Amino acid sequence: MMPIRNLLKAAYRSITKNRLRSLLTSLGIIIGVSAVIIMVAIGEGSQKSIEEQITALGSNLIIVFPGGSRMGGVHRGAGSRQSLTLDDVKDLEDQATLIDGISPVVSSAGQVVGGGNNWNTSIVGVSPQYLSIRDWPLKYGQMFTETDVRSRKKVALLGQTVADELFGGQDPTGEKIRIVNTPFTIIGVLAEKGQNPMGRDEDDTILAPSTTVLYRLKGGRNYVNMINLSAVSLEAMDAAQEEVRTILRSSHRLDPVEEDDFSIRNQADITEAATATMQTMTLLLGAVAAVSLVVGGIGIMNIMMVTVTERTREIGIRLAIGARGSDVLTQFLTEAVVLSLIGGLVGILMAFGASFVLNTFTPIRALIQPGIVLLAFFFAGTVGVLFGFFPARKAAALNPIDALHYE
Amino acid sequence: MSIIIETEDVTKVYQMGQVQIHALRGVSLIVHQGEMLAIMGSSGSGKSTLMNVLGCLDEPTSGRYSLEGMDVSSLTKNQYADIRNQRIGFVFQVFNLLPRTSALENVELPLFYDRTGHIKDPMRKSRAALERVGLGDRLDHEPNQLSGGERQRVAIARALVNQPSILLADEPTGNLDTRTSIDVMTVFQDLNDQGMTVILVTHEFDIAAYAARVVKLRDGVIIQDAAVEGRRDAKRDLVAFENKDSEDRDMMGHDGEPAFFTGHGLRVTSPPQQTDVSTCETDSEEEKII
Repeated sequence: MMPIRNLLKAAYRSITKNRLRSLLTSLGIIIGVSAVIIMVAIGEGSQKSIEEQITALGSNLIIVFPGGSRMGGVHRGAGSRQSLTLDDVKDLEDQATLIDGISPVVSSAGQVVGGGNNWNTSIVGVSPQYLSIRDWPLKYGQMFTETDVRSRKKVALLGQTVADELFGGQDPTGEKIRIVNTPFTIIGVLAEKGQNPMGRDEDDTILAPSTTVLYRLKGGRNYVNMINLSAVSLEAMDAAQEEVRTILRSSHRLDPVEEDDFSIRNQADITEAATATMQTMTLLLGAVAAVSLVVGGIGIMNIMMVTVTERTREIGIRLAIGARGSDVLTQFLTEAVVLSLIGGLVGILMAFGASFVLNTFTPIRALIQPGIVLLAFFFAGTVGVLFGFFPARKAAALNPIDALHYE
Repeated sequence: MSIIIETEDVTKVYQMGQVQIHALRGVSLIVHQGEMLAIMGSSGSGKSTLMNVLGCLDEPTSGRYSLEGMDVSSLTKNQYADIRNQRIGFVFQVFNLLPRTSALENVELPLFYDRTGHIKDPMRKSRAALERVGLGDRLDHEPNQLSGGERQRVAIARALVNQPSILLADEPTGNLDTRTSIDVMTVFQDLNDQGMTVILVTHEFDIAAYAARVVKLRDGVIIQDAAVEGRRDAKRDLVAFENKDSEDRDMMGHDGEPAFFTGHGLRVTSPPQQTDVSTCETDSEEEKII
């Protein structure tokens, strides 16, 4: 074996001495590698975009409903029994590790009077984390605090529809309103959210501290209508859900044989389906691009074959001055691999360039993953070995005398 | 002086489709260390085949060939490659330098394939070889920047770089003009004076006249093997040629070969049999085309 240094030197010389040929040879690999990377990046980018849209709708959201009651073997539907309390919320706050936001939802409804108008709407008691769980920004003012919740302070945030109905679109922060005859101070207005997937106007609502709604509007009963939670991440969704279930089962002292007296829902299933679709698409794009990489490899083989013929005399010289067949084989193989790897590197750079252009100037989002870059580079090297081998073997099998007299 | 090459009844048969071609029909040849030998013969005489066998590019069909006392009649391909690398320096008619590669890199090439591991500084060795053929100032020139004579000198330097025991030159002046041919022959004669064994294959009597011994082949057998009488000195011829050349220029309009070179036959001592000089010369014109 020739020392690897000599091999690389010979490959380097041969490649740099025929720049145009080298460029054309590796062009297939350049295009193949950049196509694989950019295609997968676009797939990943779209996947990420969709995930983000779902997350914006609250897909990290986990909702716990009170369990359906059973009377004499007849199920009466979720929420028909009041099994969730503020104590459950407290237990979850204390014990859950995969949850970063938690809010009880205490629903009430009634007539609201303010700004010289009146309106019938729903009043929802929540915790200060509710807005971040629902990913719901404020238009005016501020959210109430934990202290406000503890002191059952009579403060309220108006949904856009309520604010419009009562105050005609003016900033009502600081104004007083009466909710079912109880005076509240308005501390802010929620940004417009529009309709929920069921067509209900999300903005036709008033938010207030859960305790205030529970004790001042609903007459002091401890039951909550549901609990909203947000998992720390989309991936942690299932684990978080399981954790919530475990905590609730233990705080409800349920036997292992007993059914849950609550039910848990989330939108992860939708996300999963969407993600699966996108993954299939990414895979498809990647596979199409991989074909182009293989075609690039065939391009290398093609040109290497021509090169071997064209360089027959050179091979003859090398053999005459003492190169073994294996030396010639390794030399050509090294050239093919070096060419593919250089092509791979250039392809990677081009992919980064293309993704920059896409992200900057078009709505298409490309997200380059380090894994696919490595994979494409490795694949380029493999293509070099596979498609370089045949021409290299052809070169090595040449008879020195014939090769020397080749015209 | 020690025997460097000894062949004994070497034959070589090529199979060309249905036809068997007997290129060598029993060649026995002894070459001593430090000899300068010219192998002559017409096209098809087997001289190229003999050259290939002597150069370990090809193995004989039968017979024995020992190089420096080592039987090399049947070795593996790799062993042949190593012998070519270590013991034989080749010089070809068409120079066979790598294009777009500097003289220095071309000369370095055999050291690339050296497996003995004793080459410490290939660059220095290559430079020394180029200096030895008088091209110390052309190290970085690529073949297309060099004249024919210079290219052949680079090829000789490449043949020398790994300190071979024999220099095999196949029509080394075939692609060169007269002046350059003499110039290249000064290099071979110099090397021979320094003790290098040189074997030339040529069809030109003028070139063979620079060797000390001529072996003539016909139809795969040696028909003549004799010392050259009145061996020419390339250095002196070069001086004479240059004087003549300047005279020619002075005379203006004179063309053609210098007079002293034309019609000069090759004289050998006691020919073992009648040499058909004219046939050899006409045949050799065909060979030139190859």
